[in-house]
Amino acid sequence: MLDQTLEVENLHLWRGERHVLRGVRFTLQGGDCLEVTGANGSGKTSLLRTLCGLIYPEEGRVVWNGENVRRDLPAFHAALAYLGHEPPLKSDLSARENLRYWIGVRRRISAAELDAALLRVGAGSWCDRLVRTLSAGQRRRVALAGLALLIVPLWLLDEPSTNLDSEGQELVGTLLAEQLARGGMVIAAVHQGLPAAVRAARRLELAA
Amino acid sequence: MVPGFAATATTGAAASALEAARLALLRDLRLAFRKRGQLVQPLAFFVLVTMLFPLAVSPELSRLRELAPGVLWVAALLASQLALEFLFRDDAYDGTLEQYALSGQPLTGLMFAKTTAHWLLTGLPLALVAPLAGLSLGVPAAAIPGIIISVAVGSVALSLIGSIGAALTLGMKRSGALLALLTLPLSLPVLIFGARATQLAINGASLLAPLELLGALAVLGVTLAPLAAAAAVRISLE
Amino acid sequence: MTWTWFHRLGSPPYVYALAARLTPWFAWPAAVLILAGLWGGLMLAPPDYQQGEGFRIIYVHAPSAWMSLMVYTTMAVAAAVGLIWRIKVAHAVAASCAPIGASFTFAALVTGALWGEPMWGTYWEWDPRLTSELILLFLYLGYMGLRAGIEDPQRADRAGAVLAIVGVVNVPIIHYSVTWWNSLHQAPSVMSLAKPKMPLSMLTPLLLMLLGFTLFFVAVLLVRLRGEVLSRERTASWMREAVAR
Repeated sequence: MLDQTLEVENLHLWRGERHVLRGVRFTLQGGDCLEVTGANGSGKTSLLRTLCGLIYPEEGRVVWNGENVRRDLPAFHAALAYLGHEPPLKSDLSARENLRYWIGVRRRISAAELDAALLRVGAGSWCDRLVRTLSAGQRRRVALAGLALLIVPLWLLDEPSTNLDSEGQELVGTLLAEQLARGGMVIAAVHQGLPAAVRAARRLELAA
Repeated sequence: MVPGFAATATTGAAASALEAARLALLRDLRLAFRKRGQLVQPLAFFVLVTMLFPLAVSPELSRLRELAPGVLWVAALLASQLALEFLFRDDAYDGTLEQYALSGQPLTGLMFAKTTAHWLLTGLPLALVAPLAGLSLGVPAAAIPGIIISVAVGSVALSLIGSIGAALTLGMKRSGALLALLTLPLSLPVLIFGARATQLAINGASLLAPLELLGALAVLGVTLAPLAAAAAVRISLE
Repeated sequence: MTWTWFHRLGSPPYVYALAARLTPWFAWPAAVLILAGLWGGLMLAPPDYQQGEGFRIIYVHAPSAWMSLMVYTTMAVAAAVGLIWRIKVAHAVAASCAPIGASFTFAALVTGALWGEPMWGTYWEWDPRLTSELILLFLYLGYMGLRAGIEDPQRADRAGAVLAIVGVVNVPIIHYSVTWWNSLHQAPSVMSLAKPKMPLSMLTPLLLMLLGFTLFFVAVLLVRLRGEVLSRERTASWMREAVAR
């Protein structure tokens, strides 16, 4: 098992005059999954983005494997994958091209790997069409393909199952389960709970 | 790579900063060619602006030749401005800029790659079209190489300076006027040296002095502008 | 030990109180110096042999121009401190500086035009100094425009800081290029009164005005800073107590 740890200490965040995060703290080990719940506007997205290092909290810190992530932010970023509300895709590129550029900027990737990932999410027949012609659910699947290709210890996911049918939701479950099985961590902000395959999750409820 | 993860067959070596920048450049070029119509707009605008002067001032070529350096450079400046909005706007909107910031690669290098793409798609074509506009203003044919070189080098600095303004005004609706207000004062040195270089080219004299100054501005821009743009992008993502 | 006062300067309540206490110490000396400078410049100093009485406007023009540049630099330094060390008060200082600096720039331009009219016959000449001042005005307007256009106050602070730093690096470049441009076209510059040739009776009022303007700037800055801190911290508990007192 991996001995990666993520410690979050006493995070306080203000957005304008709103005290969005009030002393959030938790510790995760490899293989842990954290489910972040809360009503709209309770700060789920802000929490994820603060954990990524995109937002600078007024108080508190994020510690990755014993080191404050602010010390070496690029190294921390190389160890995480973040998926926001919208899939990060250019509408004038195909799914395949999008993945090639998105993942390729981070690591070398072969055509075979791209093919395998696209097939896995069921994109075999439409992976070369421009993304602007795809439905929201299809775009979400492409984002999941990217996630599957980013084999990194920490996944930060903002509503990963949005726009997906039941088959798609199962796919999310499988991917998450695989990530946890190989010792990775998952922090997922969800509205309606995680897929069944990821049963043993800890919960963090954010009050609005 | 992280121990335990390297064993999986699907992990490859991390991309170097240079490879990442190269991919970012290629992506932007490919995207631009998918929307070829948009590429022509700044050039069309440039030609249109230069056309305004004969109509507004006088059709006499001798008078136009005097105005030519100024007209060409003001038009180039404004056309370059127009194209700036597209530099970061789409990426900020669809989340790909965020992914760049989270890629683990130096954001400065990626900003430089994007600005290079912008120059290849706007500045360089402007440099090639400028002589045609110049000819219509009575500029002698012998001045053409000088015009191409001065606009090509000057537009490098314009793209770099512009990238800072574009990054600062990310996410603002209708930021066109503010972007111009930010970028034009900073671009004035380029205008001054560039117009001078073009004037010398028209006179048939050596334009080495202002060209060197333009080059110095471009080099300064290359070292500092991507840094400032990266800082501005990170601020917009906070 | 020395860091304690620096840390305290980063605390809004401390700065709010300190600014109130310090303002009179700058405001009164500023008034005295400016009055002395004006009296010396308008009454005592002999008329310039070339320009007659008209040159007296230099006693307002030169300090204004000097201050416009000094304030921009102060603004950029404060913004940089706020950006790098994430000190909110530094951003408040930068925000307070901008309108003051823009006013100085505007004053320099207006007095420059008023000076020019009797000399050149026109209200405007593309003299390198005046042109640089005009560009500086646009740099100020751009800074204020950017801050006004960004809704999130923290983001406005930080984006403004990047712009201010880029601007301050560019100011010498712009000035150099404008001087270079002007020298090509050999326009005579009436504005450069060679400093060594200025007799003491002319120089002293000028220095008094300069010092007076500097103190005036600090006084106005302190007043504006209090206003900035007030508006930024209006919901904080310490602020509500302070206002209630």
